[in-house]
Amino acid sequence: MGLDKPYIDVPGTTIFDADQSRAGYRLNQFCMSLMKAENRERFLADERGYLDEWAMTEAQTQGVIDRDLNALISLGGNIYMLAKIGASEGLTYLEIVSSMTDMNVDDYRDMMLSGGRPIEGNRYTHEWDGDK
Amino acid sequence: MSARISASVYTSHVPAIGAAIDQGNTGSPYWEPLFAGYAKSREWIADNTPDAIVLVYNDHGNAFSPDLIPTFTIGLAASFPVADEGWGPRPVPDVAGHPELAAHIAQSVIQQDFDLTIANELPVDHGLTVPLSLMFGQPDAWPCPVIPVAVNVIQYPVPSGRRCLELGKAIRRAVEAFDESLDVQVWGTGGMSHQLQGPRAGLINAEWDNVFLDRIITDPEALAEIPHIEYVREAGSEGIELVMWLVGRGAMSDLAGGPAPEEMHRYYHVAASNTAVGHLVLANR
Repeated sequence: MGLDKPYIDVPGTTIFDADQSRAGYRLNQFCMSLMKAENRERFLADERGYLDEWAMTEAQTQGVIDRDLNALISLGGNIYMLAKIGASEGLTYLEIVSSMTDMNVDDYRDMMLSGGRPIEGNRYTHEWDGDK
Repeated sequence: MSARISASVYTSHVPAIGAAIDQGNTGSPYWEPLFAGYAKSREWIADNTPDAIVLVYNDHGNAFSPDLIPTFTIGLAASFPVADEGWGPRPVPDVAGHPELAAHIAQSVIQQDFDLTIANELPVDHGLTVPLSLMFGQPDAWPCPVIPVAVNVIQYPVPSGRRCLELGKAIRRAVEAFDESLDVQVWGTGGMSHQLQGPRAGLINAEWDNVFLDRIITDPEALAEIPHIEYVREAGSEGIELVMWLVGRGAMSDLAGGPAPEEMHRYYHVAASNTAVGHLVLANR
């Protein structure tokens, strides 16, 4: 019997479980390297060259270059590791997180100040079918 | 003569709160209401500074990464450096530990069947330092030793609420068996509702959060039965950090037959950056 993964039925959400962690291991270790200031400088000076040292998949490498965090999460990235890419550029968590939504950062900030994304209509994947 | 747990403190640990303090923005229109919500607790702790804090938090890919994922870790070092999370380290003091009490808790709790990982080197991130900043402001040195207890809430499955509540009970038994007269607080941090990833990012569920606050005060044993999927669905993928509040709650004496704790302060605020902020102080009578 397979493992129960009820969290698959939550829309717009990827739970970082052991399967995701395995798929994203090299990607997340690249992100961890950005905790050192000298590595942040090397990465920003030559992104492709630095990324090639980490033996990720091409899709992961391109996802980093594109700053496509939704793609990177689907490829096994963890948000706390991925945030270090934005941190290297001085972005805030708000800026980093908003990039995964269909809003620009100002609209996203306004949404958070007016109570955040509501829970109604956002609990189950079927609630998003067809419109997201 | 023995140590005693006097109180538990609960708070979110949003990194932007730390940045607001570090950059002197606490009086800005965005941040002023939030910090006002902690004023009463700062006054309370000035009069009730413990001899040691057992601070339950989670590391966010700083001390640990997917190369090593311990479920529960206790820090035994004399000092814990402040991690560089990618923005440079926060300009806050290193955190002094309490190696004797920490070693005692480790030995006692492991013998109560909790498989703690023991850390003698542990850089601490915003999960630990932001709660200290919220309660103590910007001192040159933190006013008491801190024993870090890190809980994996990053890679699923994280420990259950029940497991966390029982860990708190085991910590209380350990502290009360320490042969020195110490006033100890246990802090549970993280949450409340928030989601930092994917198109559903920004989720906040104030109604669920406030029920959680009600129930952690009055009905923690039943609250501990909430399954992971409810946290994820109702409080967001990162809302699952709230299981760590149950460690603090489990350490309170009412769960061992004592009187119900006194609610010293309760506060809730939406939002700090991406996150609903909850805060609670409970004192043993």
